[in-house]
Amino acid sequence: MSRLSQQATPLAEALNAQRINRLAHFDVPGHKGGRMNPELPDYFGPLCMSLDVNSMKPLDNLGHPVSVIKAAQELAAEAFGADHAFFMVNGTTSAVQTMIWASCGRGEKIILPRNVHRSAINALVVNGAVPVYINPGRNARLGIPLGMGVADVKRAIAEHPDAKAILVNNPTYYGICSNLVEIVKMAHEAGMMVLADEAHGTHFYFHEDLPVSAMAAGCDMAAASLHKTGGSLTQSSILLTRKPVNPDYVRQVITLTQSTSASYLLLSSLDIARRKLHFKGRAMYQKTMEFADYAREEINALGGYYAFGPELVDGDAAFAFDRTKLSVHTRDIGLAGIEVYDHLRDDYGIQIEFGDIGNLLAILSAGDRMMDVERLISALAEIKRLHERSAAGLFDHEYIDPAIAMAPQEAFYARKRRVPMAESTGLVAGEFVMSYPPGIPIVAPGERITPDILEHILFAKDKGCFMTGTEDMNLDYIQVVS
Amino acid sequence: MELWYTDEHTSDVRFSMKASVQVASKKSAVQQIDILDTPAYGRVLVLDGGLMTTEKDEFIYHEMITHVPMAVNPHVKNVLVIGGGDGGTVRELTKYRTIDSIDLVEVDKDVVLLAKKFLPFTSCKLKDRRVSVWFEEGLRYVRGKKAEYDLIIVDSSDPYGPAEGLFTREFYGTCFKALRDDGILINQHESPFYAAHQTSVRNAHAHIAVEFPVSTVYQCHIPSYPSGHWLFGFASKKYHPIGDLDEARWNKLGIKTRYYNTELHRGAFALPNYVRELLKS
Repeated sequence: MSRLSQQATPLAEALNAQRINRLAHFDVPGHKGGRMNPELPDYFGPLCMSLDVNSMKPLDNLGHPVSVIKAAQELAAEAFGADHAFFMVNGTTSAVQTMIWASCGRGEKIILPRNVHRSAINALVVNGAVPVYINPGRNARLGIPLGMGVADVKRAIAEHPDAKAILVNNPTYYGICSNLVEIVKMAHEAGMMVLADEAHGTHFYFHEDLPVSAMAAGCDMAAASLHKTGGSLTQSSILLTRKPVNPDYVRQVITLTQSTSASYLLLSSLDIARRKLHFKGRAMYQKTMEFADYAREEINALGGYYAFGPELVDGDAAFAFDRTKLSVHTRDIGLAGIEVYDHLRDDYGIQIEFGDIGNLLAILSAGDRMMDVERLISALAEIKRLHERSAAGLFDHEYIDPAIAMAPQEAFYARKRRVPMAESTGLVAGEFVMSYPPGIPIVAPGERITPDILEHILFAKDKGCFMTGTEDMNLDYIQVVS
Repeated sequence: MELWYTDEHTSDVRFSMKASVQVASKKSAVQQIDILDTPAYGRVLVLDGGLMTTEKDEFIYHEMITHVPMAVNPHVKNVLVIGGGDGGTVRELTKYRTIDSIDLVEVDKDVVLLAKKFLPFTSCKLKDRRVSVWFEEGLRYVRGKKAEYDLIIVDSSDPYGPAEGLFTREFYGTCFKALRDDGILINQHESPFYAAHQTSVRNAHAHIAVEFPVSTVYQCHIPSYPSGHWLFGFASKKYHPIGDLDEARWNKLGIKTRYYNTELHRGAFALPNYVRELLKS
């Protein structure tokens, strides 16, 4: 196939062409364009149903791409400055896990900050790689974990020269970046790969005022969540790789767990989103930054709240800040982030991304309207006016350094017993506990439950955080290693 | 050739009037603005395709949104009007010599510019020395105000466009803060008649009732608006809309009106059962 321009959307065009061709379908899906159950086209719209088809000759095959999917992935790789791009249909979770499985085997070490998304530690539970955690830097006022300090990474590399890879959040959920260029340099000198979790960093590829992207920094692989800030459909994502990573091996690893019936709605949305990002990405993220800067200024003028921004940058563990993120520290008005989240949702009809112990995060995009930004600011002003109270007694940090007793896989598959959560101090967890979102484990399998961690869990639960991870849906009990 | 303008009242109901000429048409930063001359309704203002003001029946809307609160509290000195870029509400307010200041906050500068040029019947008092016009989001303007107004009038378009933010709880709460201890909030409250609009009528009332100790609605008949049956919200920190009405005092002012009178004032708060039920649900 000859080289296409970024104007083309080869996959989306092929999908539309097959729809217009009015094929007689004797293949799956059995709904046959929705005729099997008219409630589906009534609900989703007939066009959406007619695009929900399975892999066929003119539409290529995600597990073994040779035509339109291959071409679409090549255009994505070009748009993101990567050597290779893989379309993912099981979320950025699958992209993060592929990066880990493609770089570390059973018993091999991977260096990573402890404030990773659960998908990374899940990958270790499945394949038995061993984590070497770096405690992230911490902002004392906000209580939030930052990126990794360069000296900490250097020490981890020196202490674990046999590690295969380093995983970096680029950025964290709060928009904080590590010194990625320096980390890549140190890791490559030590013969380690660098994997970037860019679940919240897709936009870094399209505006020069944003922190450096993984591919530009020289990372070997990156998981870019196109559906979060790039405009594709929920659950679609992209895995990017650079030489010397072998893309054919990566493809094999992906197919270990990927659906063989990948959704063409998700895949074609990646193709369409990539074209938009290439041509309009810069303007869209310019607008997003302007929204966020304006909101920060207005929220900080309300008093009490602290909408933090680039002033957090310290040249090390907070090497760069993503200005599109609107994170607001709420503890000084005496309310946990999750309490403000609940007021916004229940009293004002405003849905934000998450609230945790002391902060909340609103995701802005070029799809926002100024009047909605004004609503958010005014609702925060109202919540302060009506509910402000003393900050005494509020938990003051989001992150606690873990005490590691054994590797995640060993702990998850060990003989376990169930104990009441409140009586678990000193025991080794056999499962995760986390608030979702953000989905960063408070405790992970193989970690000792310290009094501090238990207090964090009970506080978050009491404040109404959506707690997940344990077998017990109510979180009254936890599985510990016998 | 015949030229007809159609206002879509709901997806199933349309209201059309013959037009003789299109006087102005402009795509502003906020919305599409059109001004037409019609044989039946005179000059009309249309925003994003929806009918806002007609020369023929605007007096009903503007008198009812203004004189009801002014008759309840004649000591009003400082008034805030949000929306109302055609100037009709300001025109009614300037009839009170006792008012010291009127701030008009309109998000769309072009509405005011075009009204000044083409709608003299409503915009005629925008030059009054007591009037200041601000072009910004109503929500943003009010956020910075605390106990500065005796009366706030929300003279907005419907809640499915640029005025969406003016039908929210955060807006009404911010207005509460901007009002003095005996302040009154009046808002354009849509029509209760068609199912398509009932949710916004109910929600707006529920949001206001949470914030203000006194909260009710009153009604009037506006022939060119959907169903003709129109509501305004009356919310206040202190005054009761009928208990605190002093008819003799208002009538002594000698203000000329074509729709409003103090007897009608009392009657306007007597609501049909279906409206009572809608607001209770």
